[in-house]
Amino acid sequence: MTSSAAASDTLRDPLWHQRIGFTVCAALLLIPSLWITEFKPWVFFDEQSLTAGGMFLRSFWPPAHSGDFLVLLAQATWNTIAVATAGVTLALLIAVPGALLGNRALSVSALAHGRMRVIGRAGRGGVRGVLIVLRSVPELVWGLLFVRAVGLGDTAGVLAIALTFGGMIGKVFLEVFESVDRRPAQALLQGGATRLGAFLLGTLPTCAPELVSYLVFRWECAIRSSVILGFVGAGGLGQQMELSMKMLAGGEVIVFLLTFVLLVAVADALSKRLRRWMA
Amino acid sequence: MKETRANPVMPPPPAAAGPRRFALALIAFVALCFGTLRGEWSGLFSLESLRKMAELFAGFVPPATDGDFLQQVAVGFVETLAISVLGTLLAAFAGLAVALPAAGQGARRAVARLVLNALRAVPELVWAALLVIAAGLGPFPGTLALALHTTGVLGRLFADALENTPPDAALALRRNGGGAVAAFCYGTLPTALPQLLSYTLYRWENNIRAAAVLGVVGGGGLGQLLYFHLGLFHFNEAGSVLLAMLVLVACVDVTSDRLRLAVARA
Amino acid sequence: MSPRLALDAVAHGYARGRDALRDVSLVIEPGEQVALIGPSGAGKTTLLHTLALALPPTRGHIDWGGRDPWALTSSERHALRRQCFLAPQHPPLPPRQRVVHAVLATRLARGGLWPALRSLLATPREADVRDAFDALAAFRLEDKLWLRCDRLSGGERQRVALARMAVAASPVNLLDEPVSSLDPVLGASALAAVQSDAKARGASLVVSLHDVNLARASFTRLIGLREGQIQFDLPASAVTDERLRELYGAEFGRAMAGVALPEDDADALRLTVSGCA
Repeated sequence: MTSSAAASDTLRDPLWHQRIGFTVCAALLLIPSLWITEFKPWVFFDEQSLTAGGMFLRSFWPPAHSGDFLVLLAQATWNTIAVATAGVTLALLIAVPGALLGNRALSVSALAHGRMRVIGRAGRGGVRGVLIVLRSVPELVWGLLFVRAVGLGDTAGVLAIALTFGGMIGKVFLEVFESVDRRPAQALLQGGATRLGAFLLGTLPTCAPELVSYLVFRWECAIRSSVILGFVGAGGLGQQMELSMKMLAGGEVIVFLLTFVLLVAVADALSKRLRRWMA
Repeated sequence: MKETRANPVMPPPPAAAGPRRFALALIAFVALCFGTLRGEWSGLFSLESLRKMAELFAGFVPPATDGDFLQQVAVGFVETLAISVLGTLLAAFAGLAVALPAAGQGARRAVARLVLNALRAVPELVWAALLVIAAGLGPFPGTLALALHTTGVLGRLFADALENTPPDAALALRRNGGGAVAAFCYGTLPTALPQLLSYTLYRWENNIRAAAVLGVVGGGGLGQLLYFHLGLFHFNEAGSVLLAMLVLVACVDVTSDRLRLAVARA
Repeated sequence: MSPRLALDAVAHGYARGRDALRDVSLVIEPGEQVALIGPSGAGKTTLLHTLALALPPTRGHIDWGGRDPWALTSSERHALRRQCFLAPQHPPLPPRQRVVHAVLATRLARGGLWPALRSLLATPREADVRDAFDALAAFRLEDKLWLRCDRLSGGERQRVALARMAVAASPVNLLDEPVSSLDPVLGASALAAVQSDAKARGASLVVSLHDVNLARASFTRLIGLREGQIQFDLPASAVTDERLRELYGAEFGRAMAGVALPEDDADALRLTVSGCA
């Protein structure tokens, strides 16, 4: 008796309650989610949706290709890229100083005592806080607010991307700076280097490829954000696409969608090339 | 010191023309981007627009707190959370399904990658705007839109992770007569799973932000409330919604961070 | 001119464990060259770090060119560190950095922002490159100038750190086992190059060495450390085998043969770990 009980004990997965618990939690999370989000895939197949959707889909062919439209498309595409690039450039102006100021590895006071002075810790904590708040507000919300403050146009889009992406890029750069080997920078600091000097010659050489490839990835995200911001009046592809959708001009919509795919493919190719260079 | 070698000749630095040309091109590109922006940059930092902005932000204070409205915010809060959770979960499963051929070889790989890139290239908000046409307003098209875009993102990450997983364990199972599915479940998945989970959690952090704004095109959640009240210049109500968004995003960030640590440790 | 360094009854204790330095008093005159010897765990690394103002003494007093560095403000103390070059036993060089930048690193990182940025975005100034090249040539590394640091062997990395010392041109130079990864012949010539460079500049030089015979042959003054205390501080001629036997105890044979101490030198390990934390 006792031996068989012991055997069944050893045979039982010691992590069984963890597994069961995980499954139950997942179910508890999933079922209300289905209900709250009114998850009814069959609405696509009721008659009204089928006609609306079908008509819209049918209008995708032929794709719009008139000269006027293609000029408009080119302008809107360039505008979208310009807003994204300008936004990311300004975001770097927030992210790089933020990541440097928040960097715990560059503390001179920690050099000798193993920990930072109160003022250093408070300052670095404050900078991290600002970055976190910036990245917590979706760019579209910044966009909605700026459109009201500075009016319609590219400015609102650029600012919105700059703020949100400044926070995101800053936080990631900070993590990268602190995760790489700190000894080269600290050895330089030990020899009386300035903080910036120790960073440039001790930290940056190790993490530059990682930073560049993250930046290219973020630029690709910024292009999508720039499209989205067009929906709230920041211009570019988003705005044009919204107009086309309002008019149910499927031929134009499909061209816009294909343009997105092309843009992302270009960004991908660029990122691959850069990564090979930096390796 | 120098006497140790008879006047050695310093080698010239290796050619750096490629990177330098690239840097110049990049600077020119960025300048061009700034140059072609439309809009008032001088007006941006003028007193007038600063005053407007200050006024706008001051309008959010105090946030509206009446009972009925708070209930609406609470509903939007839960709805946004549900959209992000369900959208991410669906995308994780769909992403894994497409990642399998995308991590394989030949034509299947090319097709799967193309599908993933197309899904990823279209922003979630655009997916939502398209689906709203077919499925009507509400959180359901929003969820689906999130899931579609995220499938593209996660599918690609998953495919890369699966490709980078050492194939030894799966191969051993295959050689001993195991099926492809069994080899994947017991050979590849256990190794890659922590990475896949960590990607999914990262994406969830991203998606909570996206879910918060899907309402702008009629995708439900807090975004719908925000868009509605901003449109009517109800700034106190908008302030409450913004606050709820910040809290929600912070909660998800912290939870995801904890879970990711737990996954890394397990 | 290099500053006069004086330690007066200095002790250093880590949070856990015994004191790594106990009651250490010594004076390094400007331009003097001193070798530190002693068995593993004797506190040589801790002593060098204390001299370099990397570690505050837990007791005792440091006189750094007539000033008490630990009574100064943090930024004033950091300015003193600029006069001081400390080479750890395993020089931390970023793997992707090129040798030319690694050699110039201390000089560039101490200077203004522009030279550092310029050296990274374009190329370093011609004069800087020339200095780096000459310094490397003294250690027979001139052909490595444009290579990346991860292409170097352990011994080459150590010599890059010594070339960095020559370029940094600090009045005080503290080297921790600078030739431990080099073969005896190369080690002796590298040490000679370091010494002649320091002498030419009138800079002080304190070197910890595991090879007693190299220390006796190269230096006029030897300091023997054991268990955190100074056992002797004598001219090289007065350091007899008898004294060394006393200093090293069980490690005597290894020290005389010039065999490197085991890598897990307790001090070095602890400092590396605290540096990472």
